[in-house]
Amino acid sequence: MANPVRNAPSNPDALPDNPIQAGIKDAFWGGVIALGLFFLLIGLETTQNIRNELVIEQRWLLLIIVIAIVMAGRFVMTAFIRPAFAERARSRPKADPDAPAHPLRKHWQKLAILFLFIYPVLIVTLLGTQASLKWVDNFGIQILIYVMLAWGLNIVVGLAGLLDLGYVAFYAVGAYSYALLSEYFGLSFWVLLPLAGILAAFWGIILGFPVLRLRGDYLAIVTLAFGEIIRLVLINWREVTNGSAGISGIERATLFGIQFNSSPEGFAALFGLPPSSAYYKIFLYYLILLLCLLTAYVTIRLRRMPVGRAWEALREDEIACRSLGINTTTTKLTAFAIGAMFGGFAGAFFAVRQGFVSPESFIFIESAVILAIVVLGGMGSLPGIAIAAVVMIGGTELLRELEFLKLIFGNEFTPELYRMLLFGLAMVVVMIWKPRGFVGSREPTAFLKESKSVSGSFTKEGHG
Amino acid sequence: MEYFFQQLINGLTLGSIYGLIAIGYTMVYGIIGMINFAHGDIFMLGAFVAMIVFLVLVTIFGGINVVLFLLIMMIVAMLTTSLWNWTIEKIAYRPLRGSFRLAPLITAIGMSIAISNFVQVTQGPRNKPIPPLVDAVYEIAGLTISLKQIVIAVLMVVLLAVFWYIVNKTPLGRAQRACEQDRKMAALLGVNVDRTISITFIMGASLAAIAGTMYLMYYGVVVFTDGFIPGVKAFTAAVLGGIGSIPGAVVGGLLIGVIESLWSAYFSIDYKDVAAFSILAVILIFLPSGLLGRPEVEKV
Repeated sequence: MANPVRNAPSNPDALPDNPIQAGIKDAFWGGVIALGLFFLLIGLETTQNIRNELVIEQRWLLLIIVIAIVMAGRFVMTAFIRPAFAERARSRPKADPDAPAHPLRKHWQKLAILFLFIYPVLIVTLLGTQASLKWVDNFGIQILIYVMLAWGLNIVVGLAGLLDLGYVAFYAVGAYSYALLSEYFGLSFWVLLPLAGILAAFWGIILGFPVLRLRGDYLAIVTLAFGEIIRLVLINWREVTNGSAGISGIERATLFGIQFNSSPEGFAALFGLPPSSAYYKIFLYYLILLLCLLTAYVTIRLRRMPVGRAWEALREDEIACRSLGINTTTTKLTAFAIGAMFGGFAGAFFAVRQGFVSPESFIFIESAVILAIVVLGGMGSLPGIAIAAVVMIGGTELLRELEFLKLIFGNEFTPELYRMLLFGLAMVVVMIWKPRGFVGSREPTAFLKESKSVSGSFTKEGHG
Repeated sequence: MEYFFQQLINGLTLGSIYGLIAIGYTMVYGIIGMINFAHGDIFMLGAFVAMIVFLVLVTIFGGINVVLFLLIMMIVAMLTTSLWNWTIEKIAYRPLRGSFRLAPLITAIGMSIAISNFVQVTQGPRNKPIPPLVDAVYEIAGLTISLKQIVIAVLMVVLLAVFWYIVNKTPLGRAQRACEQDRKMAALLGVNVDRTISITFIMGASLAAIAGTMYLMYYGVVVFTDGFIPGVKAFTAAVLGGIGSIPGAVVGGLLIGVIESLWSAYFSIDYKDVAAFSILAVILIFLPSGLLGRPEVEKV
């Protein structure tokens, strides 16, 4: 991997003479540090007794186990994994960039989209209607929502280079637009879907105006504040939004007026299928898949239009951009508005899928997760972002399925609890492993004669 | 009028805690230009360690000796959070130094999620209340000032003075300012950049631990999610004061604290955070580099 900055100054002693010896030394220090880190927090547990007073319980065995794991990990890392990596990096042949790609590799994006279209059918035939629900809902729909959100945020962060830490606000605007307008005015999903997008885009512009002058981390903190403001208003404006309790019983979507229920006019009865709740899930799956593809299509087309090129120019160099007569105000505002619009679509979809919205779903962590997916995927790369969403969201969803661990650790063990802990650590590990994201190459928007992908390290990330 | 001053005092106390956390943000930002998102959780960790140490001390000694207890809580919390922050910098931020700007931001967010969930897993998700440590209250000119508030205010002033001295008058501070201006040039002139950055993280963590102990003493309760809101407010304070400036961080912290408590007193307590964030946005629109920050020079 071409990353000279990372390798050059940090470790002149990366290859010691004796890896085993170095491993033992590292393991010792790792153990000492782990003891310091965990002595109080793992060794002692604070629990409440019958009189509701805090009491200390001792857990030295657990502490010893954790320290042993850390030491073993450090030892294996220094003694075996690091030398192996260094060896591989030295002996790896240089890839020929001009070599013709394997046809499977050349068309993998089309194949992936095809796979996504047949995925529900495949799952249903393999597992039957009821057993497939989980796979379509938790893995299919859940991941695709994040793909869509990350692609929407990608326009703001990846293309225009504006760091937005409050993207979840637009998701919330979309979800509440649908929930409130369908509750108060009884409008249908298909009317409200575009309306939710428009309203979110409107909020994007409202946010965009004051922050136009801000750059970099000042922009980041104001967008974060904006996200929190929207959430706090949703919590506190109880007369309209019903506060933290949220809005439930949101109207479901219909397919050309056909409802997904067990009535005689329902989807199952109309097509002579056995009644099941799976059809609605599969319908939602295709809906979000189409919305995702719409996002991708719009992004790809916009990149070839003047506004898309202006975004990327803005990301690379704002001063040069202004000097060449690009109106940075409208460029930034369109980026905010279009990014927000897709967030609004995703929000409306989220509301119709859950049938319930509450401010709990729109906390800062969601913004952080979406941003993490964009960055981990390699900013600006649509396939990379999709891969990152599958890895991060699919991975944490898989943790819910690890029921068999109960057999090992006893019935008290809940893998759910470790989900966010592992998610946080995974963010760190993946970022250090691939600082430029999963897909490290970019397709240039403007080129001479033929388009060649370039390394992601040539693109800048913008200063907001 | 007395009501106003009473709220002002409460706000300044709260603001002192924000200010202490904000110094950690602003120092790290100054030196490596990175938003250390995990800093709020380091603060929460400090409060948790202080709480555990308090319970251990009560179990050992039986009674409560306030001054001694607070001192031991603070020192142990400082040592533990320093070690945490040092380790985090080493494993999560240092490998990405020189990489692009968003990479350490993402690892910092990851670390923040990991720390708060680690505490949830190891110590449980419930509130951790401790009995009041300091409950003396004084009446001065019709205002009620508790000893806790005086302790926090005095500590804040002392620490600000100490840190101002370290950064402006010692060789370490000179090394820090050198790294802040130009890391490469500082390294060429013999400054150990890695060590200076590590020390900066340790200093920030120590202040966060003191703030955590004060928070525990003031409110008497801590829970694993406590890192986020004070963390965001402290970062807001750092930006408001002009990020990179230590007096600015304290001024910003006090301002946020005062705004919050006056807003809850006169308008509505529900919207106090909305008020704090809105005022941040308004101030930044007119003063894009904060109250005491230097304007950024655009280089072509």
